[in-house]
Amino acid sequence: MRRSLSTEELAKGVLNGEIGAVARSITAIENDLPFGNDILARIFPHSGNAHLIGITGPPGAGKSTLVNELIRVYRAGGNKVAVLAIDPSSPLTGGATLGDRIRMLEWHNDPGVFVRSMASRRFGGGLAQHTLTVAHVFDAAGFDPVIIETVGTGQDEVGIASLAHSTVLVQAPGMGDSVQTLKAGALEIGDIIVVSKGDRTDCQALARDLRRLQTLHDREDVAIDRWIPPIVITSTIDETGFAKLAGAIGTHREWLRRSGTWEERVRTMLATEIASRVQRDLQRRIQSQGISQDAVIEAVLNRQISPLAAADRLLESLSNR
Amino acid sequence: MTSSPEPTAIDQPVRILVAKPGLDGHDRGAKVMARAFRDAGFEVIYTGLFQTPEMIANAVLQEDVDVVGLSILSGAHMSLFPAIMTALANVGREDALVIAGGTIPAADVRKLKELGVAEIFGPGTRLQDAVDFVRQHTAPVSEAARDGS
Repeated sequence: MRRSLSTEELAKGVLNGEIGAVARSITAIENDLPFGNDILARIFPHSGNAHLIGITGPPGAGKSTLVNELIRVYRAGGNKVAVLAIDPSSPLTGGATLGDRIRMLEWHNDPGVFVRSMASRRFGGGLAQHTLTVAHVFDAAGFDPVIIETVGTGQDEVGIASLAHSTVLVQAPGMGDSVQTLKAGALEIGDIIVVSKGDRTDCQALARDLRRLQTLHDREDVAIDRWIPPIVITSTIDETGFAKLAGAIGTHREWLRRSGTWEERVRTMLATEIASRVQRDLQRRIQSQGISQDAVIEAVLNRQISPLAAADRLLESLSNR
Repeated sequence: MTSSPEPTAIDQPVRILVAKPGLDGHDRGAKVMARAFRDAGFEVIYTGLFQTPEMIANAVLQEDVDVVGLSILSGAHMSLFPAIMTALANVGREDALVIAGGTIPAADVRKLKELGVAEIFGPGTRLQDAVDFVRQHTAPVSEAARDGS
């Protein structure tokens, strides 16, 4: 049987970088098991060292393949790398196919690489509820960087930017004309922008469209030490761009530190984590503590009260408890 | 104030690794099973073709899965499966529920079960039977709760 370990042993195992202890602890946190909270309480003081890198972009843009190449660069530099790869859960059954690991199998024999697949469990925004909390475990276990790969995203999933120090936005050519690059949303959150599939001829046009938008910004204030997201073209087929990408991520880290933005971001990240937890627990309380939603929904169905009044009523009944 | 509500069943879906050890390239069965497990509400880590016993054991360890589903059509099961069971023990995960599917002769089934393979699903198996077997043999809530208690 799986060896039964105490909370203390597991926490100690995490701090020693033991793979099995890290794996178990992540499960405990992901599944909201009470001992997950205890482990986190023990290891959290030892976290805060790792560079958290978010990788986001549309499905099939090449995120997992790019992560695999980043692992290669970081391993060559002697870093222990952890990857948290998120894929979507079914809205119908809750099941999931987690298929990112398959792009990173070549590291299976390397104890300095830990790949963990995670289902979004309907959290939304291309993330899972416990994304940052799981990153703390890797962080405390001595992995640096911790790479978070989001679900394949569209135009509006920007949550990763509040959970990572550096966000890499991956765009692939062939997804629309230059109007697409004018749109607000996901395109604005990349600290580094990657144009993948660089062996394709149309990638230059995409890179150019993305760069043109940036030059608008540049003219506004050149004096400040502002970060202008570099655009990096990568190709797995030609094996180009990945060292440059890792270099850009490193430069961004240095800029974060130099400009004081690092502390600002960490504050945002932790505040986001806390708020998301509060939100989740409130929701659960509404669902599980005998507040009769049915009666409220019934009243709305009969057009007796408005949906907004119903929401107020549910919130009131919570605070009266 | 009350403490956090108890986790519900949806918080703890079965995690299962679906892998194809060995060198045959016939992954249709593995893909069909991965889909069936997904539709049953399981979280399926799909690593696909050409997996060595060490790759499988390492994925089981890192992904902390409850179940390993192996698909094999090459005929090499009598050499690969014992190696997989050993590799799982080497990483401390001999507790994982191991099930298999593919073309495995009846005479070998008994030997494989002696090695610790929980069940073998041959050609013609109903998808639901495999799903039901996994459900019956995993109790993620109680098993996971045992740690740290």
